[in-house]
Amino acid sequence: MAFEGLADRLQNTIQRIKGKGKVTEQDVKEMTREVRLALLEADVNFKVVKDFVARVKERAIGQEVMESLTPGQQVIKVVKEELTALMGGEQSKIAVADRPPTIIMMVGLQGAGKTTTTGKLANLLRKKYNRNPMLVAADVYRPAAINQLETLGKQLSMPVFSLGTDRDPVDIANQAIEKAKADHNDYVIIDTAGRLHVDGDLMQELKQIKTDVAPDEIFLVVDAMTGQDAVNVAESFNEQLELTGVILTKLDGDTRGGAALSIKAVTEKPIKFAGMGEKLDELEVFHPERMASRILGMGDVLSLIEKAQDNIDEKRAKELEEKMRSASFTFDDFLEQMSQVRNMGPLEDLLGMLPGANKMKGLKNVQFDEKQISHVEAIIQSMTKKERQDPSVMNASRKKRIAKGSGRTVSEVNRLLKQFDEMKKMMKQMTNMQKGKKGKKGKGFNFPFM
Amino acid sequence: MSFFKKLKEKFTGNDEKEEVSDKYKEGLAKTRGSFSGKINDLIARYRKVDEDFFEDLEEILISADVGMATVMDLIDELKMEVKRQNIKDSEQVREVISEKLVEIYYGDETAQEVEQLNLKDGELSVVLFVGVNGVGKTTTIGKLAHKLTQEGKKVVLAAGDTFRAGAIEQLEIWGERVGVEVIKHSAGSDPAAVIYDGVQAAKSRQADVLLCDTAGRLQNKVNLMNELSKVKRVIEREIPGAPHEVLLVLDATTGQNAMSQAKTFQEATDVTGIVLTKLDGTAKGGIVLAIRNELHIPVKFVGLGEKMTDLQSFDAQAFVYGLFSDMLEEVNE
Ligand SMILES: Nc1nc2c(ncn2[C@@H]2O[C@H](COP(=O)(O)OP(=O)(O)OP(=O)(O)O)[C@@H](O)[C@H]2O)c(=O)[nH]1
Ligand SMILES: [Mg+2]
Repeated sequence: MAFEGLADRLQNTIQRIKGKGKVTEQDVKEMTREVRLALLEADVNFKVVKDFVARVKERAIGQEVMESLTPGQQVIKVVKEELTALMGGEQSKIAVADRPPTIIMMVGLQGAGKTTTTGKLANLLRKKYNRNPMLVAADVYRPAAINQLETLGKQLSMPVFSLGTDRDPVDIANQAIEKAKADHNDYVIIDTAGRLHVDGDLMQELKQIKTDVAPDEIFLVVDAMTGQDAVNVAESFNEQLELTGVILTKLDGDTRGGAALSIKAVTEKPIKFAGMGEKLDELEVFHPERMASRILGMGDVLSLIEKAQDNIDEKRAKELEEKMRSASFTFDDFLEQMSQVRNMGPLEDLLGMLPGANKMKGLKNVQFDEKQISHVEAIIQSMTKKERQDPSVMNASRKKRIAKGSGRTVSEVNRLLKQFDEMKKMMKQMTNMQKGKKGKKGKGFNFPFM
Repeated sequence: MSFFKKLKEKFTGNDEKEEVSDKYKEGLAKTRGSFSGKINDLIARYRKVDEDFFEDLEEILISADVGMATVMDLIDELKMEVKRQNIKDSEQVREVISEKLVEIYYGDETAQEVEQLNLKDGELSVVLFVGVNGVGKTTTIGKLAHKLTQEGKKVVLAAGDTFRAGAIEQLEIWGERVGVEVIKHSAGSDPAAVIYDGVQAAKSRQADVLLCDTAGRLQNKVNLMNELSKVKRVIEREIPGAPHEVLLVLDATTGQNAMSQAKTFQEATDVTGIVLTKLDGTAKGGIVLAIRNELHIPVKFVGLGEKMTDLQSFDAQAFVYGLFSDMLEEVNE
C-alpha cells in the first residue's frame, strides 16, 4: 500500500529534531506538513484538511509542542485530540416516533449500499431493540432493485412493501405508511433509488417523499472509499433534505476512510453506523475515535481486541493477551491460537485491522484458506518440542526433516518460519499499543499516541 | 507544432474524432466546468507564476482525486519546466500543465492512442468484469452488450454474481433490454460453474462475445479474490488465449483506494483495462492517471449515466482536451 501512517511519516522529522535537541517553528511547520499529507492521502477533503491543519499548527506552535521533550509524540497527540473532537462522540441512537410507526428514509448515491444497509438496519432494529420493521421498495429505477430488497426481506422473514416498478416512488412511500399502520409495524424503512446529488428531478422526488411522510430519520448512506467528492455529496444531500445521520458502508475494506471526517465536518451530522461486511448482521455502531486512528493509519486495533473478546471467553482472552505480551511466544501457542482465532472470523479481515499489517512483507501474501491452515498445522506438528519452543535452532537438515514429515516443501517450511517471525513482531507492536492505552507508555516511538 | 495545435488538429481533422470529442465535452461538462474553470480562475487571479499559483494548482488537482504523489511530482516537474522555459506569465503555463497531464497518463510510452477492446474477429472473445461492490459492473455489461450488439456482434451474458440478492435478475433485465441471452444458475451456486456454462453456451451459439458478470468484492478479502482467480482459470482452460479482456470497473467517486483496488485485482486476475463509471456526477476520477502510469492499466471506457447508451470509449487526449477545452479555444482564437 502506498499509505503511510502519520507516525511513520513523522519519523524522519523527529529523528532530525532528536539530534538537535531543540524544536523550532520550522520543525513544527514540517511536522504539520506531514499531517496534511497523511490526511490528504487518507482522502480527507482538502478544505477540511486546511482548516484542520491550521488548528493543529496553532496549538503546536504554542507551548504545547515546542516546549515538550517529545515533540513528535506531542504532535500526534494534538492531531488525535483534534480529530477525535471533530469526529464527535458515539451516537447510535435511532429515533422513536411518539406515534408509531417510526419512519426512516435511506438516501445516497448509486452503489453506496442503501439496499443492503436497509436490510441490515431492519435486522438490527429487531435484534437489538425488539422492533417489528417493514421495508419499502421505493427504488423503481435500478433493474431488480425491488427483487433485491424482497430477497433480503425473505432472508429476514420481514415484510417488504412494493408496488412494482410502474408506480411513483412518492405513492409507494405514502401507501407503505398506511399499510404499516394497519399491520402494526413500528418501524418503516424506505429504500430509495441511488441518485446523483446534482440530479434535480430525482432530488425533487426525495423532497416530495420527505414532505409527504415526514420521516423521523433521513440517513445518508456513503461508501467509505469515497474521495474528495464526499463533501459535495454530503453537503448537497444535507442542504436539500436535512439529514439526521450518516451510515458509512464498506468499512471492512482497506480504505483509510477520510471521507468520514469530511462528511462530519461539512454536515455536522453524526455518523451512526458502519457497514462491516456483506452479511445482514454486519452493521456496527460507529466508533468515531477508532475512525480517527484509522484515518491516521494507526489501525483498528481496538475493534480487533473487541472482536477477540466477543468470540473467546473472558478468561481465554486474558490468557491470549498475556501470551501475546510475553516475548516467549512459541509454535505451540501459535497452534493453539490458530484454532481460537479461527473462531473470530475470516483471518484476512482481522489482519486488515492491524496497523501496518498489509505493509509487512511475508504477511501480505499469506493466504488464509482452510487448506493452507492445515498445511501449517502439519508443519508445526512435524517439529520437535525444542524446535517449537525455540525456532532459532532451525537449520537446513531440520527443515528438510520437517518438510518430509509434513509432506510439504522446504520453502513452505521457510515461509512459515518467516511468517511466524513477522507475526511475533506484529504482536509486540500491538501489545505496545495496548500498554500505551493503559497509561504505561510504550518504549521508543511505538504508537505513543493513545 | 504546439501541443494544443496538435490536439486541435486531431479533433478537427476528421468528423469521427470531432464527434468523440463533442461527446466528451458533453459528458465531461461538469468535470470540465469545475476543473478547467478553476484553472482559468487561477490563471486570471495570478498573473505571475509564483508559489501561490502552484499552491492553488495543487489544490485543484487534489480535489480531482489525482493523488498526492502524482500531484507533487507534477508540480515539481512544472516548476522545473517553468524555470527552464523561463515562463513568467500564467497564460503560458496552461499548455505545459495539460501536456504534463497527458504525459503522466502515458508515462514513457510513445504511442499515445485510444486503447480499444482486444476482441477476436470471427471467434469467441471473452470479457471478464471485476471490481468492488456497487461500482457499476452489471450496468456496464448491459451498456457494453448494447454497444457491441449495435456493432453487429452476437453477445451472450453470463450471470456470475450468484451472491448478491437480485444480481441475477438485474442482469436478466439488462439482457431483455438489449436483446441478448443470459446464461444463469440459481442464486448461491458456484460462480465458476456458471461461467463454465456461459463459455459452453457462447461457443455452441457461435457468439462473438461473452460478457461475464462477477459479484462485487472488496480487494482485501483473500478468499473472494481467490474465487475470482478460479473463475478466470476456468475461462483460460476452456478457450486458449481467453479471457481476452479483464475489465476492472472503478467508480469515479472513489478516492485513493482505487489504486489499491487496481493493484490487488491486477494481481488476482491480470486486469487488462479499466472502466471508469459515474463520471456524470461531480467526481473526477483523477486517480486513473496514476493507475495508468504506475500499473500500466489503460482506461478503455467511461460510464456517463445509467442508460444503455451512456458508455464511451476513453481517449486520454480527448479526456484532457475535455478538461482543458475552455483554454484550448482561447489559445486558438
Ligand atoms: N450515474 C451513474 N450511475 C451509474 C453508472 N454506472 C452504474 N451506475 C449505477 O450504480 C449502481 C450500481 O451499479 P451496478 O451495475 O449494480 O454495480 P455492480 O458493480 O454490478 O454492483 P454489485 O454487483 O452489487 O457489486 C446502479 O444504481 C447503477 O445504475 C454511471 O456511469 N453513472
Ligand atoms: Mg453487479
